[in-house]
Formats: sequence, C-alpha cells, structure tokens
Amino acid sequence: MDYANSLYLTGPEVFLSVSGLILTLIAAWGGQKAARLSTILAVGALVGASIITAAFLINPAFEQGGDAFGGLYRMDAFGSVSKLLIYLAGIGCLIVTPRFFDKGLEYRPEYPLLVVFASVGMGMMVSATDLMTLYIGLELSSLSSYVLASFTRSDDRSAEAGLKYFVLGALASGILLYGMSLVYGFSGSTSYLAIRPAFEGTLGTGALFGVIFVLAGLAFKISAVPFHMWTPDVYEGAPTPVTTFFSTAPKVAAIAMTARITLDAFGNQADAWRQVIIFAALASVVVGALGAIGQSNIKRLLAYSSINNVGFILIGLATGTAAGASAMLVYLAIYVAMSLGSFVAVLMLRDKDGNQVENMADIAGLSRAKPMIALCLAAMMLSLAGIPPLYGFWGKFVVFQAAVEADMVVLAAIGIAASVIGAFYYLKIVKIMYFDEPANVVTGKNDLAHWTVLAVTAIFVSPLGYLLTIPMGALADRAAAALFAVV
Amino acid sequence: MIQAIAFYMFAVLLIAAGTLTIMSRNPVHSVLWLIVSFFNAAGLMVLVGAEFIAMLLVIVYVGAVAVLFLFVVMMLNIDFAELRAGFMKNFPLGIAIALVLLAELILGIGAYGAGVLELGTPDGSAAPLLGRSNIENIGALLYSDYLFLFEAAGLILLVAMVGAIVLTHRERATAHRGHQDIGKQNRRRPEDATVNTRPEVGKGVQL
Repeated sequence: MDYANSLYLTGPEVFLSVSGLILTLIAAWGGQKAARLSTILAVGALVGASIITAAFLINPAFEQGGDAFGGLYRMDAFGSVSKLLIYLAGIGCLIVTPRFFDKGLEYRPEYPLLVVFASVGMGMMVSATDLMTLYIGLELSSLSSYVLASFTRSDDRSAEAGLKYFVLGALASGILLYGMSLVYGFSGSTSYLAIRPAFEGTLGTGALFGVIFVLAGLAFKISAVPFHMWTPDVYEGAPTPVTTFFSTAPKVAAIAMTARITLDAFGNQADAWRQVIIFAALASVVVGALGAIGQSNIKRLLAYSSINNVGFILIGLATGTAAGASAMLVYLAIYVAMSLGSFVAVLMLRDKDGNQVENMADIAGLSRAKPMIALCLAAMMLSLAGIPPLYGFWGKFVVFQAAVEADMVVLAAIGIAASVIGAFYYLKIVKIMYFDEPANVVTGKNDLAHWTVLAVTAIFVSPLGYLLTIPMGALADRAAAALFAVV
Repeated sequence: MIQAIAFYMFAVLLIAAGTLTIMSRNPVHSVLWLIVSFFNAAGLMVLVGAEFIAMLLVIVYVGAVAVLFLFVVMMLNIDFAELRAGFMKNFPLGIAIALVLLAELILGIGAYGAGVLELGTPDGSAAPLLGRSNIENIGALLYSDYLFLFEAAGLILLVAMVGAIVLTHRERATAHRGHQDIGKQNRRRPEDATVNTRPEVGKGVQL
C-alpha cells in the first residue's frame, strides 16, 4: 500500500482533522473568549479543505480518481463535487452562527470544532468504498450532530431535539449495522468492489434482507419517508444555525453516500434497491407536501420542505442511470443554496427583544418592515416551489427529465403533481409576507455576514443562476460518470 | 494434564460465580460476582489461545463495564425489593424466554456438530497463526491496512469526549465565589454595613 498516495487522496480529511485537533487545543485553553477566533479558523479550515478538493478535481493525474488505503476510500470526481458542496454549505452555516448566540445564549469554541469534525465524517461518507469506512464516517458526523442539536442547554426544546435525534439516530445506526452484517455475511466482504460481483443473479432472502436494512438505515439519515418522523421535531428544536447546517451539509453527504452504495455495491441488484428508493421517493414527495400545509412554525415547515426535496432528489437516484445521478447532483446543489438561503432569512427575523421569530403569523406584512429580507425569502420560496424564472425550476426539470428518459413517467407525473401541492404552502408564505396586514414584530438590524450569505444564495437561485447551468451540468456529468466508472 | 485441571477450575468457578451473580440478594455482591466470572472467562479464553479476547474481557468488561455497573447500582437509589416483587408474576414469561434461548443453543450446537456451519475447524483448533500470536496479527492489520479507520475511530472518541464536556460542563458565573477577600473585608466601613431603621408598628423592616 502506498501511504504517500493514500495521504494525498485523503488530503481534505487529513487537513480538516489536523485543523480540528488544533481547534480543540484553542478551545481548551482559550475558553469562552476564543469562540470567535475558533469560528474564523474553522471557516479557514473548511476553505482550505475546499481548495485541496478543487485542486484534486483539476489534477490531470487523477482524472479517473484513485483508491486510498487498499480500497477503503475512493477519491474521485463524485466525491470531490459532493465534498465541495458540503464544505461550502459548512462555511455558509458557520458564518451566520456567532450572531445568533449574541443574545444571551452561550456561544462556545466547541461549536465550530464540532462542525469541522462533522465535515471530516461527511467527507469519509461520500468517499467510502467500504462498509466500515461508511459506518465510521457516518458515526463521526452523527455524533457531532447530536451534540450540536442540543447545544443551547438553557433551551428545553434544544435538549429535547438532541435527545430525540440521539435515540432515533442510534436506532437507525443499529438497523444499518444489522443490514451491513448480513451483507458482509452473504457476500464475504465489506468492500464495495467485492460485494458487487458477489451479489450477482438472484439475490438470496438473507442478502436481500441485508440490502433492505442498509437502505432503511440510510433512509433515516437522509430523512426520507417512512423514516422521517424525527425531522420536524429536531429541526424545530435545534438552534436555527444548527438546523441550517442539518438541512444542508449532512443531507448532501448522506445522499451521496446512498448513491455510491446503491450504484456501486448493489449495482447488480438494481431491481432490489430501486423498488425501495422509488417508494421512499414517492412517499417523501407526498408526505413532505401534505405535512407542510398545516404547519404554523416556519422551521417546521422548512423541515417538511426538506423531506419533500429529498423525495425529488431520490427520484434522480431511482432512475439508476448516469443521467439520473447527474440530475441528482444538480438538484442537490440548487437545494443546498435554497435551503441555506431560506434558513438564513429566517435567522435574520428577530423581534424587538432580539428573540428569533419563528411563527408564521409574525412575519405578516414583512415586505413593508423588511423589504429586502422579504424579497429574498420570497425568491427562495418561489424557487423551492419550482416556479420557472427561478433556478429551483431547473433542478426539478433535470430530475424529471432523467426520470422520463428512464421510462419512469408515472414517477415523474406523481412528482410533478406533488410539487404543485407543495407550491401551495410556499405561495402561502409569500402571500403572508406581501398581502397580509403587517404584524410589525420583526425589527432590528442584521450584520454583514447574514446579508452576504443571503445575497449569494439569492443571486444563485435568481434567474442569474442559469449562467452556471453549463459548467455545473458538465461537473455533475463528470461526477456521475466517475460513479459508474468503477464497474 | 495441567490444561485440563485449569480448564475445570476456571469452568467450575465461572459457573459458580455466574450462579451467585443471579442468586445473591445484594446487587453490589451480584456485580462483584460478575467480575469474578469475567476473570474466569478470561482464563478460559487464554486456554483456547485467544489471549486478545482474554485481555479485552479484563480491560473492557472488568475495567469499564463492571465498574460502571457498580457505579449505577451504588449511585442510583433503586428499590430492589420492589423490583423483585413482580418475580412470581413474570416467572412464566422468564421461563419461556429461557426455553427459547435453550432451544436456540441446542439448534446452533446441533447445526455446528452436523457440519452445516463453517465457523472454524470442527476439532476446535483455530486457523494457523503464521507463527505470530493473534495480538501481533491484529496489531499488524490495525496499524497498516486499517490505519485510516483506526485514526477515524479515535476522532469519534474525541468528539464523544468534547460533546460530553460541552453538554455538561458549566463555568461558574462568579469566578471566585466562596473565596475570602481580606482586602475587601478591611475596606468595609461600619456606615456601609449597618443601617439604622425605625420600622412602624406592624410593618416589617425594609432592606
């Protein structure tokens, strides 16, 4: 085994781990005062990791990617693109965090530290080509997430969210491990490259059980129906910057991980896993759209919206083709921008006491009090609804196109129908902000960090985003091709 | 010969300690008997040549799990008499579960004896060790092929530790509460410290 090569390929993880260890020391000696310094350094570490990943992506020597540590880990275009998305989302979430904790809540240097370690885990997840790497990466990111969810200890809802997430997450990990042990038992290996040929022809009942259990565990992590029950509670209870993080980076990681394990390890058993993914996609799209209608809390509503979006992303995966995987990545990138933008806009809504405004009734008439925030939030909502001039439409379009090309017209039709239902509640927010009597709850100023993230994401989802269509499409195609190159 | 004697000694002590674990009235004694049985199981593992598992049993089970049990038993005020009160009511269920476990054991051993399962060699000897002890073999694998995962597992433990500290550690609001500040005491004047009041009848003293 070539260690120098392996270390180069795992560069982003190694760099982030070392940065995380340094941040641990800073947190240990600096204490409370080092919180801002720690945030800035963590953002720097994520920027550094992004640069390393981008440098790998344009390195001609590794055009086809490369295996590290004897096939435990694979760095290729798919992993790099997913990692770039994860790191950028992490940077966006970290930038908007410190301001949230200004108002009496305790911000501590451990917060950015946990985000950095979660990013290490997520990087391992998307590059995993072995069940053990997948599991360890998943646990690293999950464990950090559990702590982040209950970070504001003075808030009961946050503690409840953390506990709920922890218990259900542990259950899902158990289900996943059970599935993995069955897969290992029936294929004789934990490596994707060895599982693939072992699972050829008709799958035995035991092996099928293993595949289904693995998918069930993964469905929990991406909060796909029927394993979505934790999502609204955790998203509502966790501090808003943490919710922003949950709805972006870990989602990318879990979906990319699911794509790699289904298309590579279970690539010969497409019929077995596609049924599961199709069911999860349809159920997520429908439950996400219907569940959001009755919500009065914006964070809960956005949680259902994320379930709904996961359904659309899974439609891309359910096709099982390179075009579908590429569409999935495009949708994922646009979804991250929309989700980040919406949550940052929500984060900017504060009442006169400086408390977060989360109630739908309180944002009535926001267009008069805070026209710019209202405009950006409206753009995010219309984009999430998939209304044409905005960029969210393009994501839905490529996914449905891939589904139709793969002869899954029914799936695409149900998806489109559900997105029409979903448009109802997105439009309802726009209506409340623009046409209802002003509630005049939201006041106060916001700092530059929030405006920057909001502006960048708003420009991305605006029609200007279409300028990125061709480079982004090319990158997604290359990433999807890398996923199928292993065969 | 010595092996046989050692085996029967460890086995008898193991079963005796296991029985006493469930029979003793005092839960603290139960945990202590459990520790004895772990030690004897470790001895049995050494006899079959699995010294790594023997060390794990001592380090992990005796060192960590059993001490944790002791902590829980001694710290929490559990009313064991009340716990035992439902014993007769749950007795049939307990027997049923015990029978299921027994049936599973018989089935498993029967299948293994019939040669259906290939867990190891039927004569009980393990696969050849290439002239090294299995600790050496595990170490050689762990620090070469699985180095990446080993380090990542270390990170998980670090995150668990940081998380536990973040969620439980509280810094005191006033740094030196409870410390005597003599300078401050000397600076205090009687006129600052005492107040003369003349409360009306039926009213309390306003401070």
